[in-house]
Amino acid sequence: MNQIKGIAAASGISIGIAYKVGKEEFIIPREAISDQEIAVQIQLFEEALIKTRREIIELQKRIGAEMGQEEAQIFDAHLLVLEDRMLIEEVISRLKKDKLNVAFIFQEVLKKYVSVFAKIEDEYLKERIADINDVGKRILRNLLGKERKGLGDLKERVIVVAHDLSPSDTAAMHKNNVAGFVTDIGGKTSHTAIMAKSLEIPAVVGAEDATLKINQGDMLIVDGTLGIIIVNPDEATLESYHGEEIKLKGVTEKFLSAKDLPAVTLDGNKIEINANIEFPDEVPAVKLHGGEGIGLYRTEFFYMNRKDLPTEEDHYQAYKYVAEEMSPYPVIIRTLDLGGDKFLSQFEIPHEMHPFLGWRAIRFCLARPDIFKLQLRAILRASVHGNLRLMYPMISGIEELRQANKILEEAKNELRAKGILFDEDIQVGAMIEVPSAAMTADILAKEADFFSIGSNDLIQYALAVDRANEKVAYLYEPTHPAVLRLIKHIIDAAHNADINVGMCGEMAGEPGLALILLGLGLDEFSMPPQVIPELKFLIRSVTLKEAQSIANEALEFSTGSKVEEFAQAKLREILK
Amino acid sequence: MSVIRKQLTVKNRQGLHARPAALFVQVANKFDSRITVKRDEEEVNGKSIMGILMLGAEKDSIIIIEAEGDDAHLAVQELEKIVTSEEDR
Repeated sequence: MNQIKGIAAASGISIGIAYKVGKEEFIIPREAISDQEIAVQIQLFEEALIKTRREIIELQKRIGAEMGQEEAQIFDAHLLVLEDRMLIEEVISRLKKDKLNVAFIFQEVLKKYVSVFAKIEDEYLKERIADINDVGKRILRNLLGKERKGLGDLKERVIVVAHDLSPSDTAAMHKNNVAGFVTDIGGKTSHTAIMAKSLEIPAVVGAEDATLKINQGDMLIVDGTLGIIIVNPDEATLESYHGEEIKLKGVTEKFLSAKDLPAVTLDGNKIEINANIEFPDEVPAVKLHGGEGIGLYRTEFFYMNRKDLPTEEDHYQAYKYVAEEMSPYPVIIRTLDLGGDKFLSQFEIPHEMHPFLGWRAIRFCLARPDIFKLQLRAILRASVHGNLRLMYPMISGIEELRQANKILEEAKNELRAKGILFDEDIQVGAMIEVPSAAMTADILAKEADFFSIGSNDLIQYALAVDRANEKVAYLYEPTHPAVLRLIKHIIDAAHNADINVGMCGEMAGEPGLALILLGLGLDEFSMPPQVIPELKFLIRSVTLKEAQSIANEALEFSTGSKVEEFAQAKLREILK
Repeated sequence: MSVIRKQLTVKNRQGLHARPAALFVQVANKFDSRITVKRDEEEVNGKSIMGILMLGAEKDSIIIIEAEGDDAHLAVQELEKIVTSEEDR
């Protein structure tokens, strides 16, 4: 029995047989070419680039649908490398000058970059070397017309042991045939670790000489929670880990068992469990995880990565797709939430001392009714295709809500004049994320159809803490008594006016906090799709009455940490 | 056709690395102008992620952005925002 220590990358335990994956090395001969062949070689190179691009985009789409956009964005870095002008130009100019086969030249150029980057002491650059190698190998494979022996078609369920795994390798893995993995290098935030987490495959990375200490076929225990690997364990160790494995598996399966069941408390109260999305192609992931609607559809992405402004048609097509796909379930579209940390290059936003207190979200939209109304018209037009609702971000008082509604009314009138149909009863909500809105929730509730609490901003504003500033980040406490009181105030005001309240911040997807929110009377919870099964399971395991008494007790504590402690204890009791 | 040259101090905490570098290249590629970035003796294509990363421009290092083309002015203006922004995006 031998134990290897590494970095815990993705939690969980798995037991299985080691399957060592060697480095993929290409042996590329150096071949002289004639002047006539230069054009052919350039064409070969271009074809390989195009093919590689197609592969990456396909992979990215699949990952986006199966895991989420954050994971898919990892491959943006690959596309940047692939499309890199300096790299391409250098290959072509050396090809013309040296008159050698393109595969050989490409490999040489690639090596040069990698060795330059390897000399720079920088964590980020080290990760980029992995990206460059990953893309480089794809290109070489396509240049040589080779297929990658994929991790996707393993016959048995194994534990993969490798010096390093590229995001492409990781993406090809599947929970059905890869029980866990171990790599010599890599850190907690490496792309491979991030992907392991979303694949829910236990993983230990940075286990320095794992590939030397582990032999093909060894029995392994991968403890992705503690970050250790046990090689050829003895009976007793194996036994105790078996027990752990079964228990953990049971928990995950328990949660998954609830994903397609309605979120109803033990005493029969139906709660809405929705998902947050940014891109239309996240809809399959929402359905897969049992989401019953979209509680927050962010719309800033229309403006990203382009020089011009999106057209009404661009907006309309995306909204129509999401509305149709999710119908009859509701989809809540948040109107443009620009500013703060989201900066769009189409607009001249003057430099601000305090962007989070500045010209952002609804403030920007009210100042630019042209842009705002275009989006509103698109939402209205798409509303006939499903159950669409809309909400305004960063409302700070009733006047803003009225002004926004006035522009909405104008948009409606424009459509009516043209005889274009839309849902006349479309629900319009206000996001409550500014303390002034929270304090005047009773006034706002009279003129809004629903509320959605944006907890991230609400906490930041209420506690005057910038979470991105590491010196004060510790003050960011969702359980702070001030935050809980504000939330209670918002929910009570909404219910007095007979409207629903949801929450689309991170808080809503934290099981311990969700328990308190449930007790405070929150009607709708919106969260990343992956969290939905656990939240549904939680709601199905508790009575509303129980949650109410937990919430009441939570309100009595004088510090956030006490509330947190209490909530976690209650959660453990309930999920036991 | 115009040439715009501007000397700037990198303000971003991470330097022209990581996300800022990727953002820089993405924005540079939106423009038709030829864009080069110089630091000390090194000169690289501003539309190349490899190039920008090779510059290794840390916080407070001085770089020169040069754009040549019809949209040179706007290009330098946009790129300046990224280089001189102190926030991580």
